[in-house]
Amino acid sequence: MLNDFVIRFANVNGTGSASANTMFAKAIFRMGIPVSPKNIFPSNIQGLPTWYEVRVSEKGYLGRREGIDLMLSVNPQSIPKDIANVKPGGYFLYDSTKDLHKDLLRDDIHFLGVPMMQLCMDKFADPRQRQLLKNMVYVGAIAALIDIEVPVLHQIITEQFKGKEKLITANFEALEMGIQYAKEHFQCPFPHLRVERRDNVGDWILMDGNSACGLGAVYAGATVLAWYPITPSTSLADAFGKYAKKLRVDPHTGKNNYAIVQAEDELAAIGMVIGANWNGARSFTATSGPGISLMSEFLGLAYFAEIPTVLVDVQRGGPSTGMPTRTQQSDLIAAAYASHGDTKQVLLFPSTPAECFEHMTTAFDLAEQLQTPVLVMTDLDLGMNDNMSPPLHWDDNKVYQRGKVLDAEALEKIERFGRYLDVDGDGITYRTIPGTHPTKGSFFTRGTSRDEYATYTEEGPAYVRNMDKLARKWETAKTYVPAPEFYQQEKQSNVGMIFFGTTTYAALEAKDLLEEQGIPLDVMRVKAFPFSDAVKTFIDEHERVFVVEQNRDAQFKSLLINELGTDSSDLYSILNYDGFPITADLIRQKIFKNLVGKLPPPFVPEKIGPPGAESSE
Amino acid sequence: MTFVRPVFRHPESPKNKLGYTRKFYEGALSTLCAGCGHDSVSGAIIQACFEMAVEPHRVAKLSGIGCSSKTPTYFLANSHGFNSVHGRMPSVATGAYLANRDLMYIGVSGDGDSASIGMGQFVHAIRRNLNITYIIMNNGCYGLTKGQDSATADKGSVNKTGAANMYNAIDMAGLALELGATFIARSFSGDKEQLIPMIKAAMSHPGFALIDVVSPCVTFNNNVGSTKSYDYTREHMEATAAVDFVPMMTEITTEYNEGDAVTVPLHDGSLIHLSKLAKDWDPRDRQSAVNRLYQAKAQGEILTGLIYIDTESRDLHSILHTTEQPLNLVEQHQLCPGSTVLEQINAGLR
Repeated sequence: MLNDFVIRFANVNGTGSASANTMFAKAIFRMGIPVSPKNIFPSNIQGLPTWYEVRVSEKGYLGRREGIDLMLSVNPQSIPKDIANVKPGGYFLYDSTKDLHKDLLRDDIHFLGVPMMQLCMDKFADPRQRQLLKNMVYVGAIAALIDIEVPVLHQIITEQFKGKEKLITANFEALEMGIQYAKEHFQCPFPHLRVERRDNVGDWILMDGNSACGLGAVYAGATVLAWYPITPSTSLADAFGKYAKKLRVDPHTGKNNYAIVQAEDELAAIGMVIGANWNGARSFTATSGPGISLMSEFLGLAYFAEIPTVLVDVQRGGPSTGMPTRTQQSDLIAAAYASHGDTKQVLLFPSTPAECFEHMTTAFDLAEQLQTPVLVMTDLDLGMNDNMSPPLHWDDNKVYQRGKVLDAEALEKIERFGRYLDVDGDGITYRTIPGTHPTKGSFFTRGTSRDEYATYTEEGPAYVRNMDKLARKWETAKTYVPAPEFYQQEKQSNVGMIFFGTTTYAALEAKDLLEEQGIPLDVMRVKAFPFSDAVKTFIDEHERVFVVEQNRDAQFKSLLINELGTDSSDLYSILNYDGFPITADLIRQKIFKNLVGKLPPPFVPEKIGPPGAESSE
Repeated sequence: MTFVRPVFRHPESPKNKLGYTRKFYEGALSTLCAGCGHDSVSGAIIQACFEMAVEPHRVAKLSGIGCSSKTPTYFLANSHGFNSVHGRMPSVATGAYLANRDLMYIGVSGDGDSASIGMGQFVHAIRRNLNITYIIMNNGCYGLTKGQDSATADKGSVNKTGAANMYNAIDMAGLALELGATFIARSFSGDKEQLIPMIKAAMSHPGFALIDVVSPCVTFNNNVGSTKSYDYTREHMEATAAVDFVPMMTEITTEYNEGDAVTVPLHDGSLIHLSKLAKDWDPRDRQSAVNRLYQAKAQGEILTGLIYIDTESRDLHSILHTTEQPLNLVEQHQLCPGSTVLEQINAGLR
């Protein structure tokens, strides 16, 4: 339990708990202990229950884990459910300003009451401040109970409220009240469930994927963002705006080297992105499932007319409005084959904020090199939660890959420009940007069938030539996209596991758990669609391959079968689609059962000690 | 439909100040029906660009889907064109304009494209004051799908099947007035005298310049009983004024009657001269423009000419405070903050 537990905060939405909870997670991170916080929030602005779950894992496992060791409860609405969710032997820390109803009590967990609201009522005059500082009181109590270094918390508070001395003082006071109350009433710290400083986070950072994508777009040279608000992608657009305001204002003129338009809907957002890219600027949008549905027609145009387009899909629970504040990987097929007719779209699957950052440049480079849409497929779990990640990396020698674009000088040398003439044989043709040359290089971009010179045609052979050229380009794309990552030096098992995106955290932990049980696996993380040849080789080399994904219909497996012609009986799905991030234990159980023929030994929660032992009351 | 266009041109064809003849501004041969109003509008665009000595490659022409949206193929062959998806030209044009503020944008749409499927985009492009000359070739019907009524067909107007339209019409000029458009005009494809200067003025306007052009469909909506036929439009046209567009630095030669004439200076020094036909109307006053439009409607007239202009128009880039340099020319070293800055950002995330 030392540096290995899960704590959940049960809050009321809109009461300022998020900032206190974030400070808590950051304090543990700064003590050098890997931490993985997750927001479990409602589609609501104020009033409904919201949870913040923090997994602390000395070993660095960042996936979600079932079983709550310590529940912090300040939300009367959800108390029965919150009490029920605590692991036997675990702790329930609550605001005891009001007594708990005795029917709610369990005899297999510890109840620790701190009169948080009362303490704040006695100390602070302003009602709103009382509410906000109550959050710091529980942070203080938990800090004392699990032994968080108080100077670390002080430092974080000081940074958070920099320049607002009064707030710093008030927060220090509230924190201290919590610490003192806990020390006076309970045995502090807990003997087992506690943290102790380590050096296990190295130079890693704590960042949400949406911010990383937004910043990544700034570094990638994006100048036009068009978007429509939708959870969970909104904070990505906000992040681009925030970083652009800081990093993209011309120091001499004070004018913006970027433009952001909040469009009237997703159709307009993607239309603007296509228009801007067509005109030679790097432009992108961010959306989620319903936006993908709406943008599909335009994605077909960009595919067929061959216009670079970058879109980030922060996936949420579908179908329809689905679960807007829960996570899934369920837009895969909609994205991969977005639009009517024969279409295929390039997808990227980042799994950390560092990769979100990096993939934005990759996406723009690929979009311009391949002259086609590239969809960066993240999800709510990656996008909206603070994820521990390797630091963001930028190589100053990197040059944006703008693809085959002819300038005026190049056009001068050409006898006749053919926008869709495959002179290199790789399916990628040369394009021109409007305004380049007075008499050469102009062409008509259209969603209708055209010949090599962009002239409208309904001739069957010309149409087929064009469609075949696009298929040729798809083959070329396989060699351009990021290759899969392997986590073993050489083949060590006949059993393989494939995963991608946020499934990575839990999958890698499951690999370790299974290895401990004597079941070694070869694993592969796929980073892009179309699948490169290495993906097929991996599947062919293993007798049985598990495909781990977070949707009901095994969409990723379908893509593998559809694109690689893989024998479907070799592939086994491990699925999770309840809206919560997949856990290592679920993967472990399913693989174990499949291979051994029975369920693995059940997950036995550790008992910490007899209930009430820590209470001095 | 014309199958062959004579290649012969008079050797002494007049040239504009760039040294180009009118032919340089033409496009591919039209595939629209013979007598289609849209071809006349294309002709007016060609003439306006020729007379204004516009560099064709500095123009981007965009459209949606429909008969009208086919026309950009038929003018300005040396301009890049973009035939987008149905009703979505405004968004594509917005993106294109954001990427390069230095080009001139001509958007061509129809009544189905703008008043029905693309109504949302039309409305919001106006709100943002996108810098574009936005021409609606308005014939009250869907031509490519064989003559269904569109949302601009007048109530009671009879289409070719003999059926009277049951619904109220959307008046695109009136709607644009309501939305705060900064340049609103209406014209008739059969009235080049009016249409050409109108297009020139629209191209000089820094903001959303709407020209709603009644452009009869000879095949499906030119019958007796239609309120968008050639005959009906000619009979019911009521001009706001005789219009003359005077480009910047050009000497004014036309005489105007004192009292009836209004001269509207544009931002670039060009002038629009209007010989007013209604004394109580001032094209710079939105309220009087609204009154004039409603008055005409009540009298069963099709009000044409310049209806409203905001001479203080601030376009989208001005609103967004974007750099003067086209965004598509801003270079990597200006765009990418580099690794040192990134290290600082990393440090702030620990």
